[in-house]
Amino acid sequence: MRLDDLLNQTGEWLKGTGPDSDIVISSRVRLARNIKGFHFFDWSNNATRQKVKDLCKREIASSNLMKNALYVEMDKINPIDRQFLFERHLVSREHLRNTDQKAVFISDKEIINIMINEEDHLRIQVLQSGLNLTGAWDILETLGKGLERTLSFTYSEQLGYLTACPTNVGTGMRASVMLHFPGLVMARKIKEIVEAVSKLGLTVRGLFGEGTQASGNFFQVSNQVTLGPREEDIINSLQRVVKQLISHEQNSRKFLMSRKKEILADKISRGYATLKGAHVITSQEALELLSVVRLGVETDIIKDIDKSALNELFITIQPAHLQKMKGKQLSASERDIERAKLIREKLKR
Amino acid sequence: MLCDICHKREAAIHITEIINDEVKELHVCQKCAEAENIKMQQAFGMADLLSGLVEFPSLIEEKKELKCPACGMTYSDFRRLGKLGCGDCYKAFRNVLLPLLKNIHGSTHHMGKEPERIIATGKGTVPPAGRQVKKVKAATKEDRIAELKEKLKKAIQAEEYEQAAVLRDRIRALEGK
Repeated sequence: MRLDDLLNQTGEWLKGTGPDSDIVISSRVRLARNIKGFHFFDWSNNATRQKVKDLCKREIASSNLMKNALYVEMDKINPIDRQFLFERHLVSREHLRNTDQKAVFISDKEIINIMINEEDHLRIQVLQSGLNLTGAWDILETLGKGLERTLSFTYSEQLGYLTACPTNVGTGMRASVMLHFPGLVMARKIKEIVEAVSKLGLTVRGLFGEGTQASGNFFQVSNQVTLGPREEDIINSLQRVVKQLISHEQNSRKFLMSRKKEILADKISRGYATLKGAHVITSQEALELLSVVRLGVETDIIKDIDKSALNELFITIQPAHLQKMKGKQLSASERDIERAKLIREKLKR
Repeated sequence: MLCDICHKREAAIHITEIINDEVKELHVCQKCAEAENIKMQQAFGMADLLSGLVEFPSLIEEKKELKCPACGMTYSDFRRLGKLGCGDCYKAFRNVLLPLLKNIHGSTHHMGKEPERIIATGKGTVPPAGRQVKKVKAATKEDRIAELKEKLKKAIQAEEYEQAAVLRDRIRALEGK
């Protein structure tokens, strides 16, 4: 598999299937692990980093689950390709910075990705479509156990798996769910919800995780605590909270549909018309309108769009995707034109 | 408040000791505290100094000197970077990290998955994948209980009673009580 092959496929997690996929885009669980006997990434020299990379590469490549995986060294690809992987949620923002000796394995359906030499030596991550944390955890646990047969991880009896940042120590596990909350945003209830969730030891972030603003009504909810509770407990409590959030979103949608249907229908139809008619559009505007149109599909106000095509647009309208599709570097204004063209084509009946 | 010893300078260090329900308080300035260091250690005992005198000059010095013997990271490196240098840093900075971890996670004990204990069968010979997982899964309930009891003991020693309560409940559940 080559990096460019990704351009012609949609990640499994974007299929728009799975439980509660009208509100939950995807579920993600990741483990942070470090190899015993080596300094953590930021505190190690280039030779150590290379040793860690080679060791991990060898073991991961021979793992059953990663047989047909794509392997990419971050310093061997150009900035657009790096950004492209980031836009697909296959590498973190951290992985784009200081790319020496950093690498990533990506499974053929983009379900599994393993970053080597991120903040920790290994960041093993599984993505699933819809609300499917347990499905993601099952794959991740098998994968982690498999790797642990040949790689010895830094572990302490008292503190569990040791990580570069004390915020990840213990299980090293972060579970997160990407939610689409247009109803709660329109009903002006999102602030309350975010505050309530924060009090439960969970974090709410934007579309691209750490340090990003919520845009297009997308929110990422994840566990903050990694030390103390067991992995299953972390997953179950996140799942319980997300289930409640889903019912709040459903109620908001019901309220809007029954009390403000005309206003809602107007907003959705105008958004749809703009997307179908625009010749120049920024990614921010596109993201917001696509979110509104997605709500239109979920509430049956719009009936003629395929949801997976819509989901795909959320990813493909981003700068690096547009440039890769076009096969050349584009300026911001050129991208706005290409973006509008792509959306018009995809939304054509 | 003036220093209880020199009665001149402002007291900077406050020590409270409770013996048989009787509260003893001592307020001293930095200078007298340094001068009286040894006497105070005898009077109050080392434990009191450690728990009550985080600001104590000699201890501040010690904190600055904290250094991981394995990777050379100092405590101030950690403060600056927000990241540790290696797994051994957790041991080297244990006294300052545990309160921090407690603050972040509400706990200082890992209860989740542990590495599978791999029985070495000689260099390069790893038992077949499927079989090994079964072997680990077959670890007896008694083993698990013993392990939890050990953790319980540690939690009690560390005065982590919430954690201890969770462990106790898990032991009870396993014992079927």
